[in-house]
Amino acid sequence: MIGLGHYLVLSAILFSIGLVGVIRRKNLLMLFFSTEIMLNAANVAFAAISSYHNDLAGQMFAFFIVAVAASEVAVGLGLLILLYKKRGTLDLDKLTLLKG
Amino acid sequence: MENLVYTALFAPLIGSLFAALFGMSPKKQFVGVVTSILLFVSFVSSAKLWAYVSEHGPVHVRLMDWIVAGDMYVPFGFNVDQVTAVMMTVVTIVSTVVHIYSNGYMEHDKGFNRFFSYLSAFVFSMMVLVMSDNFLGLFIGWEGVGVCSWLLIGFWYHKEDVTRDVNPSISPSWAANEAFIMNRIADLGMLVGIFLIYWNFGTLQYDAVFERVPEMGHGLLVAIGIFLFIGAMGKSAQFPLHTWLADAMEGPTPVSALIHAATMVTAGVYLVIRANPIYSEIPEVSYFIAVLGTFVAIFAASMALVNRDLKRIIAYSTLSQLGYMFAAAGLGAYWVALFHLAAHAFFKALLFLGAGNVMHAMHDELDIFKMGDLRKIMKWTYLYMGLASLALAGIWPLAGFFSKDTILEVAFNEHAYGIWFILWLTAGLTAFYSFRLVFVAFWSGNRYEKFGMHPHEVQPYVLWGMLPLGILAVIFGWYHESFMHFVTKLLPAYEMSEHTHHMTGTLITVTTLIALGGILVAFRLYSHKLKRNEKIENSMPYRVLSNQYYIPIFYERVFSKPYAELSDIAWKEIDMQVVDATVDGIASIVEETGDSARGMQTGNLSDYLKWMAFGLVALAIMAVIVAMKS
Repeated sequence: MIGLGHYLVLSAILFSIGLVGVIRRKNLLMLFFSTEIMLNAANVAFAAISSYHNDLAGQMFAFFIVAVAASEVAVGLGLLILLYKKRGTLDLDKLTLLKG
Repeated sequence: MENLVYTALFAPLIGSLFAALFGMSPKKQFVGVVTSILLFVSFVSSAKLWAYVSEHGPVHVRLMDWIVAGDMYVPFGFNVDQVTAVMMTVVTIVSTVVHIYSNGYMEHDKGFNRFFSYLSAFVFSMMVLVMSDNFLGLFIGWEGVGVCSWLLIGFWYHKEDVTRDVNPSISPSWAANEAFIMNRIADLGMLVGIFLIYWNFGTLQYDAVFERVPEMGHGLLVAIGIFLFIGAMGKSAQFPLHTWLADAMEGPTPVSALIHAATMVTAGVYLVIRANPIYSEIPEVSYFIAVLGTFVAIFAASMALVNRDLKRIIAYSTLSQLGYMFAAAGLGAYWVALFHLAAHAFFKALLFLGAGNVMHAMHDELDIFKMGDLRKIMKWTYLYMGLASLALAGIWPLAGFFSKDTILEVAFNEHAYGIWFILWLTAGLTAFYSFRLVFVAFWSGNRYEKFGMHPHEVQPYVLWGMLPLGILAVIFGWYHESFMHFVTKLLPAYEMSEHTHHMTGTLITVTTLIALGGILVAFRLYSHKLKRNEKIENSMPYRVLSNQYYIPIFYERVFSKPYAELSDIAWKEIDMQVVDATVDGIASIVEETGDSARGMQTGNLSDYLKWMAFGLVALAIMAVIVAMKS
């Protein structure tokens, strides 16, 4: 039987994968993918807990996150394309304009 | 009547502010004229107030609320009663003459406008001092005159410091600081006295305080009396805070005439007279005041005997006469003290202005041994100074005769024969040193030509301006009966015993004889030719006197030098090593932390994200720990 614990473990694994991706990856596009994974890890947790408590508020929140993630990707990808056109690369090690 | 009060009070302030507008610009003659006119306006108002007060009694006005905090209530109120009316009139008349005089005296000075601004500001402060109806207002005026005195003593602040052998007062700025610091020491005592009054009486209004004096404990009144008198000692330069007055002669001569002879230094006497309901309750403190005054009278007179500096001689004489006033006030004859204060203001200001004329003529030379025979050139100045010296010596029928003689009678009447004897002796010394000055400077053979001097008499309008003081120095004493009736409406009347009445004739004769004796000795010694006796001048007592009993040197060695060394230690050891080190340490810790944390700022988004994740994890761990603990 698959219980709440399994879902939460899955969510935690997904979140960790996303976090490691955000830290380790050097390509901005990959960073976007990693953030999407983290957002969806949260969605899984929301949906699982919502069904466990029989409270729809959690699932509503998950939908909100999906919507926000979609719009974020739309705007973010546009910016990435512009950045790539301007600098010819998306490697974070080369995009260090704010070096103190 | 309110308008008169405000006119008398604020006319000098307006004059001061007006002159201050031109403070930085070159000499403008109208500044001197306008301030003099405003002072005259103030004088007329004061005189009218005197007339009004003598007919209708005191005038009381309240300008506005000043301090309203909790139970404390101090209004900006002014009270013109008999004592205040006398003080106001004396202050404004001397000030007016000094203002007119200064037009001539400061003629070629770069700071002409600035000078008048300070001088009028002084008069305003003095008016606040005498007119205030509470102790706090008095204190404000008290500090105001202190500041103006500092500004005016140090008026020629650009002069360099020299050693004590060249000039005993070192430099104007040094003398100004000395005066200010000595006064601050005394002001602390006065402030403590005012605090004591407020704590125990709950108010600072004169009338309310004096009303409740009889209910208060004796010890408390003694404490208040002592602390207030410490303030008076500073302002009136009584021993041991006297050294500043002689050094204050570094200021321009009109300043010496107005501030350091006629008005400001009498503020201490005014305070004792004003607080007479307190001092009448504490005879032991009053007696101490009388003894100290007597001591200062002879102490200062002895220093004046040998001094060669024209202005310093007169300064010591001022000190000596202040001693007389305190002696009278201490013996309970407050109205006599006030009478001597007024008479002294007139003839001493006249004497100083005469000295200013001589200085002007001699191109700022002050050594009377370099003058001689000036009477032939400066006839009018000679006349004025001779007159003032006669008044100072107490010769009938001039002002000093009546006031000084009454003080001696009071001492006799109180059976304080020691005080009477010393004051009597001082009267002889006074006559001697005043006429030593007159004869050495105006007779005794021409010596100035040797020094290439060409003295000349001052402008006629200056001489005319001095005339009111000359007249008052002569006639003021004639009105001592009506003066007494006027002020004893407020001050306690002083009754001489039958025995003293009986002795009055003898006392007057004895006093006049010693004064004449002093003059005669001075005449014999100095009128013909200045004979200098090396042996006497090098003798021990002479040197002690001419070095002011070595008191300034003593103060310097015992107070100034150790204090400077202590300050040096405090600066180098405490301030630099402890305070600065702590502050600098905190700053350097912050700076070093920032410096090493700068490595984080790589500009690489990856690194930032790592730090963010690290922070997130750290926060999560903390949250878990906190949650587990609770």
